[in-house]
Amino acid sequence: MTLTSRHIQAYLLLLPAFVFLVGFTHYPAIATLIDSVMSAPRGGRAPAFIGLENYQAMIQDPVFWKSAINNLWFALATIPASMALSIVMALWVNDKIAGRQFLRMSYFLPTVMPMIAVANIWIFFYTPDYGLINQILQLLGFKSLNFLGNPDLALMSVTIVAIWKEAGFFMIFYLAALQTLSPSYREAAQIEGASRWYFFWRIQWPLLMPTTIFVLVNALINSVRMVDHIFVMTNGGPNNASSLLLFYLYEVGFKFWDRGYASTLTVVLLAILAIAGLVQFFLLDRRTHYR
Amino acid sequence: MKISNSKDLGHRLNRADWLTTIGAWVLAIAWILPLLYALWAAFHPAQYATTLSLTAPLTLENFSAAWQAAPFPRYFFNTIVLVLMILVMQLVLCTLAAYAFARYTFFGSSILFSLMLVQLMVMPEILIVRNYQTLSTLGFVDTLFGIGLPYFASAFAIFLLRQTFKTIPKELIEAAQMEGASTLQILRHVYIPLAKPTYLAFSLVSISHHWNNFLWPLVVSNSQESRPLTVGLQVFSSADQGIDWSIISAATLLTSAPLLIGFLIFQRQFVQSFMRAGIK
Repeated sequence: MTLTSRHIQAYLLLLPAFVFLVGFTHYPAIATLIDSVMSAPRGGRAPAFIGLENYQAMIQDPVFWKSAINNLWFALATIPASMALSIVMALWVNDKIAGRQFLRMSYFLPTVMPMIAVANIWIFFYTPDYGLINQILQLLGFKSLNFLGNPDLALMSVTIVAIWKEAGFFMIFYLAALQTLSPSYREAAQIEGASRWYFFWRIQWPLLMPTTIFVLVNALINSVRMVDHIFVMTNGGPNNASSLLLFYLYEVGFKFWDRGYASTLTVVLLAILAIAGLVQFFLLDRRTHYR
Repeated sequence: MKISNSKDLGHRLNRADWLTTIGAWVLAIAWILPLLYALWAAFHPAQYATTLSLTAPLTLENFSAAWQAAPFPRYFFNTIVLVLMILVMQLVLCTLAAYAFARYTFFGSSILFSLMLVQLMVMPEILIVRNYQTLSTLGFVDTLFGIGLPYFASAFAIFLLRQTFKTIPKELIEAAQMEGASTLQILRHVYIPLAKPTYLAFSLVSISHHWNNFLWPLVVSNSQESRPLTVGLQVFSSADQGIDWSIISAATLLTSAPLLIGFLIFQRQFVQSFMRAGIK
């Protein structure tokens, strides 16, 4: 086979996948950037260049800021909490522990259930007076709380659901990494008389670093992407108290049908994801994961 | 003395003490509590939805009520068609692309590979506004095909399969070439059979992801004919006709049942598949 024909063959093999990749990832990303500096087409008027007007509108939009700050808190809570829980879970089910199979199954279960479905169940937990959490609170002598209807509690309530959903998923990555660690580390630590705590911080944790970065990037992406439960539980309310950026983007794009402004919000999300990409690129030894 | 001492320490390093065990169990029960609660509410009459009572009678009525209250059979059909369509397209397209990346040297291969990896960060659901426009230009709004379209090429699948293909020894291929096998024959008879565990792993991840996917299907579908289960469940449970908890719990369980049962039966494969997909 000649060299040229092998080149052509390679491109032909790639072509079908790249039609879809470019059509639904690269092209829309670039088109979104262009749309964000154009006016929305109205009543037959073609979109016109309006510069940074949409961005100025965004900076003055209190709902955008509310959603952005909510999203920041959502990320600051879900990322460390789900990661810490996932490490603990992985360490537990990696050890010899009673009912290991059951524990592993329980932690992983939320991962295979649709967020839309489990959010419905969580609503029942959060319901005032009759909900499970409030029944327990009342049993302990506290007042019943309106978790989803109180602006001070709504964001926290949806954040907890996200942590619950994610932790078992990340556990799998840590578990996989723990199982590839050589048992000789453990033997050596045992001979030296190291404590469980010391063994984790000085041996397991540093060795798990590539996994931690991998999980961190995924947690960062998820903190932008996980909005399904918002639709079921609060619809962003009360008074935007639990609105997140992607949820607001959906509202602007598909309830208010403001395409130009929705594109501007998409650019913000793309920028956040680009940061996640850079974290991955610079922190992760690319050879260990990509080569 | 020394030996027994190190044995004790051995217990400490890979055997959980009773306090840890209790902690692990408490967390596990908290983690499956939502499912346990849904089971309780769905299998008991509505008046027992908020009270735990050992004498509460069991019933299947909530399931039949939910099944009749919304076009769930149609939603099930839609989800199954959608998930299988996406999976088949992904497996075909990504096998071809992964093969090119694994075994061909061609101009621009590393640039194309990096461009492909962009999709790992920028998923189609972020670009809903623009992708919706693309769909309406193509005339696929409100169709199952339209919901599936953006997912047909998966960077994740290409990446996983490429890694697997790279581990297959070149001698095998050379032997096949000596026998006069064509490129596609080698792919079909050597690469694909040897990559079976990766295909299984990716398939489970893809099926559970698309069974559960919500935002993009919500945007694209606006009729019964194209609505998958997740969107159907949302439409059903957000209706204001005072549907009670028991029926919503039943509908919730119906929606997740195929994946849940599959997971309980093939637990090991599920966990291992997600693990395999996670490392390298």
